[in-house]
Amino acid sequence: MTPRAAFWLGYRDCAPFILVVIPFATLFGVVARDAGLDILQTMAMSVLVIAGASQFTALALLKDHAPVFIALLAGLAVNLRMAMYSAALVPHLGHARLGTRALMSYLMVDQAFAVAVKTYEERPEMTRPEKVAYYFGVMMLICPFWYACTFAGAVIGRAVPAEMSLDFAAPVCFIALIGPLIRSLPHTVAAVVSVLAAILFSGLPAGLGLIAAALSAIIAGAQVELWLRRRGHAR
Amino acid sequence: MISDSAFWTLTVCLGLGTFLIRFSFLGLLGGRPLPDWLLLHLKYVGVGVLPALVTPMVLWPAATGGETDPARLIAALATLIAALKGTVIGALIAGMGTLYLAQYLTPHL
Repeated sequence: MTPRAAFWLGYRDCAPFILVVIPFATLFGVVARDAGLDILQTMAMSVLVIAGASQFTALALLKDHAPVFIALLAGLAVNLRMAMYSAALVPHLGHARLGTRALMSYLMVDQAFAVAVKTYEERPEMTRPEKVAYYFGVMMLICPFWYACTFAGAVIGRAVPAEMSLDFAAPVCFIALIGPLIRSLPHTVAAVVSVLAAILFSGLPAGLGLIAAALSAIIAGAQVELWLRRRGHAR
Repeated sequence: MISDSAFWTLTVCLGLGTFLIRFSFLGLLGGRPLPDWLLLHLKYVGVGVLPALVTPMVLWPAATGGETDPARLIAALATLIAALKGTVIGALIAGMGTLYLAQYLTPHL
């Protein structure tokens, strides 16, 4: 396989994920306009951050009059999982030049990571240049759709009538994202603790309740995993 | 409404911070492994943050002035079931579809 072939293989392997990127990016454009951002601001957020869930998170909190640093903290917390992606990609892509690694880092989204790591593991014969080319092939499909659909959503955003209840698009998106995350008992416990703690801490000032609830849930999930390991049921 | 200064501070910092998280191991730390306790907790960050974020939006939606709305509760439940059983797209369609259906059957907004 040449790097060129690897690039196009990545491009094709990622095709199904376009179906996720299109509605998310479009909804972000619509929701951002609904929250009062102009088109330039909406696009700036999608281009600079390029991480849908954290953009929805930070925007929802800012709209809710939370302090900027709380919105920032929550947005970053949602992206912390990417530190794991970054670590997991080192054996495959760590050899690349610094600039290339920086570009790959900017482009590191859930879909790219999932598709690339799966392929690297299934095809141990891939060379290092092929792996790099494959990664960029994946992202060359996702990235343009991400920008273009955010723009399309931002343009049509103000034209969407109130009867469409688009205020609820953001929570629906979050719940849709939570589904695939719940894949074991510790994950389930963490999600339940997260909901209960959010209700319990709802009296705290905007944002602080979220941080307190998230920390409780993360500790609960980790403790359940340790407990299962001690009982010999490690995943 | 969101002020311009709040928006740009947030967006630039979130963009920079997110990049640094992504660049952390691939760019800065090389192949050094993460400590086990950190890996253990990082696994649960997503599932810890998102439900806590979504709970108030579902229970006390801003669109109804913070009053609990049965249509939105049912829609949230439908989204969750679809998300657990099926695909992300299916959950989006199930959620908004259920909301419109419930609002049509119980007109009060």
